[in-house]
Amino acid sequence: MDLAQLQRQLVDYKTSLYHEDFLDEQFTQLQELQDENNPDFVVEVVSLFFEDSDRLLNELTKALEQQSVDFKSVDAHVHQLKGSSSSIGAQRVQKVCIAFRNYCEEQNVEGCLKCLQQVRHEYSLVKTKLEFMFQLQQQILSAGGSIPM
Amino acid sequence: MVLGNGASSSSLNMKSGEDKVNSNKNLSVLVVDDDPLIRMLHDMHLKKFGLNPQVVEDGKKAVDLFRIGASFDLILMDKEMPVMNGVEATKELRDMGINSMIVGVTSRGLEIEMQDFMESGLDFCFEKPLTPDMITFLLNELNKKNDDDNND
Repeated sequence: MDLAQLQRQLVDYKTSLYHEDFLDEQFTQLQELQDENNPDFVVEVVSLFFEDSDRLLNELTKALEQQSVDFKSVDAHVHQLKGSSSSIGAQRVQKVCIAFRNYCEEQNVEGCLKCLQQVRHEYSLVKTKLEFMFQLQQQILSAGGSIPM
Repeated sequence: MVLGNGASSSSLNMKSGEDKVNSNKNLSVLVVDDDPLIRMLHDMHLKKFGLNPQVVEDGKKAVDLFRIGASFDLILMDKEMPVMNGVEATKELRDMGINSMIVGVTSRGLEIEMQDFMESGLDFCFEKPLTPDMITFLLNELNKKNDDDNND
């Protein structure tokens, strides 16, 4: 695939991510913060998000496996996940977190478990998509091109 | 670390963007948040405005900085933090007589919760995440405040 094709593919891919609500305005803001002095800013922030989320999802799984669930602790973790997903623009993950917190408030274990499954799913989707997008960007840069914004 | 009394930027009628960035270099900012992602984001946002924020992860660390004599023009304070949360830290700082501008930045959107936070002594409270518009607003307010302080 030539450079122009790659760049077109990237633009189309990004557009679809916004269209399907995987990303929102917040992600755009992130990209606007990146410049020549901080060329890897977006990748750094997103990597941090991945690390954070992996950890939080593990904590949530453990917490919900307990005989007697500590909903306060579950809620605190979901709150964090909601915060970080919102900060990078991972809209679908954020939305599930909102529903998740409602179930925590109701102390509804079934509901929480369902949300945990959903949030894992949405997270893994957005993670795959972002990784693919970064890969495309890398290919473009390696081919000597620049990233179309 | 910034010791002593806050900044005193003189001429505030800056026209060019570069001048704006340069005048902001005199302002000291402290970011207080337990989420490393938010700390990274806010730090970058502020750097774009020519600011060089100090960053800590909980309310107690923020209070400790003031106790040892540091001071900041602007504090961006998260609400939910371990060890000492934003509400406690703000109350503590106000009790200490600190009159820096303290701005709550919280992900809690419920009005009653923002109100509680405001009552602890905040100057303003915003929902996360911080945006360039908010920063512009705060910097304008800060410049106004410094003007007032200088005219006392």
